[in-house]
Amino acid sequence: MIRLVSAPFDPGEALAEFCRGRRETGAVASFTGLARAEAGRTTRLELEAYPGFTEKEIARHASSARDRFSLQDVRVIHRVGSIPPGEAIVFVAAAAAHRRSAFEACDFLMDYLKSRAPFWKKESGPDGARWIEPTDRDRDDLARWER
Amino acid sequence: MPLPLSSGTCPRRGADLARVLLFGRLADLAGWREREIPAATLAELRGWIAGEDPALFEALQAPAVRTAVDQELVNLDVALRPESEVAFLPPMSGG
Repeated sequence: MIRLVSAPFDPGEALAEFCRGRRETGAVASFTGLARAEAGRTTRLELEAYPGFTEKEIARHASSARDRFSLQDVRVIHRVGSIPPGEAIVFVAAAAAHRRSAFEACDFLMDYLKSRAPFWKKESGPDGARWIEPTDRDRDDLARWER
Repeated sequence: MPLPLSSGTCPRRGADLARVLLFGRLADLAGWREREIPAATLAELRGWIAGEDPALFEALQAPAVRTAVDQELVNLDVALRPESEVAFLPPMSGG
């Protein structure tokens, strides 16, 4: 259900695999996040995790998403290590009986991953390297679910 | 697929050593990611760091830095078992 991977993965393949063999699922929604080049300012992203703890924390949120949106299944694949622009960083998929809960669950999980999941992200480029921390926008996005 | 960041196998540690892990910018600031520090409580551990590296101690005090003991988030001072794993977690950001 939750995977941290250090090698590139194919989000299309992940989605096809997630959809396979479902006879009672009316809706699968998915989200794929890609590393951005920021007009050449970013040549590489370094994603660090805390092995064991990171998977456990994501699993806890995935299971709260299951309850909250009555999901049948959830998948989270997250890259760690060094990622060049254009490669997938994260893949989230949700399976439900109906579309609304599948859409919302992906949104909910991504807001959590952006500002609460135990990852540390460093962007490097020609001007040096910097750690990326959640923005006010990310925090506002997350707060929507706490209302 | 295997996890990329394995902490590896560590030699057996002495009775009062906590294994301390730093992540993100904290590791850059300190110049290390993992070391053993003699401490029986979290407060003692912070005190040891204050003596060794005041800048790191200062950074660890920031409210946005979370602390995990044996992979559970903690808010207050807690006792450490011998060989406890203490992780200091700066603001997190994935996706």
